Amino acid sequence: MTALEAGSAAPLSVWARLLRRPLAVAGLVVIVVTVLAAVLAPWITPYPPDQQFFDGLTIEGAPLPPNGQYLFGTDLLGRDLLSRLVFGAQTSLLIGVVANGIAVLIGATIGILAGYFRGFIGAVLMRFTDLMMAFPALLLAIVLAATFKPSLWIVALVIAMVNWVQIARVIFTETRSLAERDFVVAERSLGAGSGRILTRHILPHLVPTLLVYSTLGISTTVLLEATLSYLGVGVQPPTPSWGNIIFENQTYFSSAPWLVFIPGAAIIVLALAFNLVGDALRDVLDPTQQGHH
Amino acid sequence: MYRHLMTGVAVAALLLGATGAFADQPKQGGSMIVTYKDDVSTLDPAIGYDWQNWSMIKSLYSRLMDYKPGTTELTPDLAESYSISSDGLTYTFKLRQGVKFHNGRVMTADDVAYSYNRAVDPKTQSPGQGFFKAIAGYDDMAAGKATSLSGVKVIDPNTIAITLSKPDATFLQVVALNFASVVAKEDVAQYGADYGHHPDGTGAFYVDHWTLGQELEFKRNPDYYVKGTPYLDEIDFKIGAEPLTALLQLQKGQVDILGDGIPPAKFLEVMNDPEQKKLVVQGAQLETSYLTMKTTMKPFDNVKVRQAVNMAINKDRIIKIINGRAVPATQPLPPGMPGYDKDFKGYAYDPAKAQELLKEANYDTSQSFDLYVYNTDPNPRIAQAIQQDLAAVGMKANIKSLDQANIIAAGGEPDQAPMIWSGGMGWIADFPDPSDFYGPILGCSSAVKGGWNWALYCNKTVEAEAAKADAMVAPDQQQARADLWKKIFTVDIMADAPWAPVFHEERYTMHTARIAGADNLFVDPVHIPVNYNAVYATDAQ
Amino acid sequence: MPLYIVRRLLQSLLILFGITVVTFILLYLLPADPVRQIAGRSATAATVESIRHQLGLDLPLYQQYGRYLWGLLHGDLGRSYLQKTDVATLIWSRLPATLLLMVGAIACELALGLTMGLFAALKRGSALDQGLMLISFVGVSAPQFVVGILLLYVFAVQLGWFPIGGYGHFSNLVLPALTLGFLGAGWYSRMMRSSMIDVLRQDYVRTARSKGLSRARVLFGHAVPNAILPIVAMIGIDIGVFMSGIVVVESVFGWPGIGQLAWQAIQRVDIPIIMGVTLISALAIVLGNLLADLVTPLIDPRIKLQ
Repeated sequence: MTALEAGSAAPLSVWARLLRRPLAVAGLVVIVVTVLAAVLAPWITPYPPDQQFFDGLTIEGAPLPPNGQYLFGTDLLGRDLLSRLVFGAQTSLLIGVVANGIAVLIGATIGILAGYFRGFIGAVLMRFTDLMMAFPALLLAIVLAATFKPSLWIVALVIAMVNWVQIARVIFTETRSLAERDFVVAERSLGAGSGRILTRHILPHLVPTLLVYSTLGISTTVLLEATLSYLGVGVQPPTPSWGNIIFENQTYFSSAPWLVFIPGAAIIVLALAFNLVGDALRDVLDPTQQGHH
Repeated sequence: MYRHLMTGVAVAALLLGATGAFADQPKQGGSMIVTYKDDVSTLDPAIGYDWQNWSMIKSLYSRLMDYKPGTTELTPDLAESYSISSDGLTYTFKLRQGVKFHNGRVMTADDVAYSYNRAVDPKTQSPGQGFFKAIAGYDDMAAGKATSLSGVKVIDPNTIAITLSKPDATFLQVVALNFASVVAKEDVAQYGADYGHHPDGTGAFYVDHWTLGQELEFKRNPDYYVKGTPYLDEIDFKIGAEPLTALLQLQKGQVDILGDGIPPAKFLEVMNDPEQKKLVVQGAQLETSYLTMKTTMKPFDNVKVRQAVNMAINKDRIIKIINGRAVPATQPLPPGMPGYDKDFKGYAYDPAKAQELLKEANYDTSQSFDLYVYNTDPNPRIAQAIQQDLAAVGMKANIKSLDQANIIAAGGEPDQAPMIWSGGMGWIADFPDPSDFYGPILGCSSAVKGGWNWALYCNKTVEAEAAKADAMVAPDQQQARADLWKKIFTVDIMADAPWAPVFHEERYTMHTARIAGADNLFVDPVHIPVNYNAVYATDAQ
Repeated sequence: MPLYIVRRLLQSLLILFGITVVTFILLYLLPADPVRQIAGRSATAATVESIRHQLGLDLPLYQQYGRYLWGLLHGDLGRSYLQKTDVATLIWSRLPATLLLMVGAIACELALGLTMGLFAALKRGSALDQGLMLISFVGVSAPQFVVGILLLYVFAVQLGWFPIGGYGHFSNLVLPALTLGFLGAGWYSRMMRSSMIDVLRQDYVRTARSKGLSRARVLFGHAVPNAILPIVAMIGIDIGVFMSGIVVVESVFGWPGIGQLAWQAIQRVDIPIIMGVTLISALAIVLGNLLADLVTPLIDPRIKLQ
């Protein structure tokens, strides 16, 4: 990915260009709605998400399909699915954003350090990055989660631990090419401190990439959280997360499919939204990019 | 074992549909297909200790004593007869003659001695080692100081005498345990660590072939010493079958028995369909699922708090959540176990009374504690239901949903896991005797770090009573013994309330109409899912 | 070039070594004590310690690691605590199933992805293009377990066209392969689209057309092969994505591969198996990346070796 000169992407026109793409707009709408739902959850849900209703199950103990009283039906404990879904948005968004934030932080730091300082430090950092890349991400996440007994923050941390690698590589490549630019070399020979060069010349050029990866990254972290929760090592019930709603109810998918497909659809739509926006951002910030991984 | 192993007395087999078997005479021949999702781990009788391989081992190997099919009544098996010395310490067994191992060699008393020593030898790493502790010389051998049990003596090739260090009413049950199965030493020597995949015993079936991850096949032992059994010529275990797929295959008649049971999602559907309900046999298990409360940790160091927990749980609602597949429990012992008190009411569901007790105990409602639960369905759901019930009386529980190994580790620590839901690891008797429900899980000797007495409950008076009960060896003392155990569990232990017993799981076995036998064979207390030796195929030629 | 290969190989070896160290340390940190599980619930403290000693679990960490590494060099991946079998045997017996699944997934993702990308490129800007790209995005945004359960429910449970999970016939392979490959199809379709657009803009394409060659001939004889090459070179990278995916997909479909093995092992904290599968996965990823790295410059001389 080639870095952009700082001047050609003035903030206002980026926004305007973004809004001209229907898919990006759709994505933004979804994100805004989800965020609002998550924030307003306690006020807009018809029932508390943890309350197990005795009449939420049939006489024999089966969950109820969508009906007048419970719009999305109930789960295997007689809890209202709609309420759990809305509160689940809180969890998924929170973890997605926090985990991605940490991942970007770690990845960017390592990438910048390795790309700018090169030499031994750079080599070690990059070899370490290669090493982490060779781990199957999900397996590593599962083992980490099992080691550290999941809580919300641990889950976010674990996801960050397996996600920083890609960003590190990209930032590394960009920083390295930036560091070789004439004016940077010139500044260095004039005795300018690293800190100054980094903050004034390198960092601003990395912003577009960081922005794109921050957005795209949330899609990945949301998906990873859902998968970890689905496998039972992510967010633990009763705290609802879209992934663990599926985890709790999957044995009933053949007789109560709404318990799997409604949260499943929610996950897809949210991840899709972030992907669409991130992809559009990438196009808008650098039109010469071919849209690869 | 932690799941549906049933070892019970007088099984309450509720007939939910006759298989039409009573009128037929069992025929010799035919085959049966049993489905399982997971691969069988090992068929080494000294090591195998899970619900899947337990009855397979029973059919591949024999023991001095065994149970009459469909019951928990002990009867001599490899032994023709036995006698107990007047001091109750020495059991002398006369062996059947001419019993052959699957490899052709004739079994002798030496083999029995070898097998017992092997089970106790620390090098074997047998999980059942501790069951033999009543035998004289056990301590030395377990510590590595001796290479054989001094209490096991071969009198002649057909007679073996076992001497105990003190009288033990449960000893004959131990003799019927898988760990006491007779193995051929030359096969153990040949296969070494891989013996578990090349079993060779004297049982009704032998292993014809085993493709890891796919299929395990048993064939009838033509030299089996109980003439006329087993009826089936062949049993095919298909591995890797998802429960849902297996059910569909059974409905089409492609497989015969669901090893993993009816998948929960389909349970209601099956039971509501008269055609399918006919194929299901329902029976009780000698099992109790309960909440343990660590008596050494706050807030459960106060007996009033523990009693309050007992009153706060709405057992009917929990049973509804598992589709009614259990009966409420009022005491630690399950129905059918000697010592079970069917009139005992236990603690009724009474949240108001529970709150009163908590007030009396000065319970601090702002504190919270951890509730540990095994993370496989339906246990996390049950834990959440319990959490809600506790919250209703002002007790805040935080759920920690973990894998079994972590729970076992925490349960044995004095300062961790204040409350554990035993679901998925509920205590199922190793043998149908009340002492098995006391010693390992409520006795003082297991109230140690690493033990299974997760409540760390130790009441010296009760301990003395238990020892007294287990010393009652004579046949005419058995009723008194059962009564003593009844008192111990319902009066003494329930008053101390280290547990809150919640329910006893019921067992549902589904099979095709093609496979027949008395109903109690399909919910056999000792064999799961069915008694392989005694069922037969109606279409045998 | 040979020097490059040698360097990459050495790098890969170093990475593998590093992985064994990291995995070992991680698993050492796992709080659960496997010895208690093996010893069973009736074991005395003495028995537990004896078993611990026999398994070598009371040795200092570096010694345990040394023993493990030594075994590795002899092809011994240790012995499962709970299944009482050699890890190598377990993995070996399940590897064919996973390999089959991966081949199926690669076939699906290429078939779907390349076709979608081709048509999107040819009808660039149209509704078809937009629609296909949306589908690609969905492919990349859908968690594999949702896709798997959805396919299972619709095509196996409701329509009955395919068996509900299981292994043994071609019909068992279709749904899991589709699930595993749907994600990759999303990537490949977008890559194919941009690659095709690139190629179609090239001079030699216009030259060929102006020489009078038929559209189809130009397309399938020149454009498509050139477009596909750089993409196919990247298949090695897929292995890394697959290694994560198989844990979920094999669980959903009951596919008896190493993903299912790993998942069961993690649930039961069977450390030797977890280590073994992690190692094999990492090996596969490293080899896959190596393959991609080596093949890509061969195919596209514009890409310089680093």
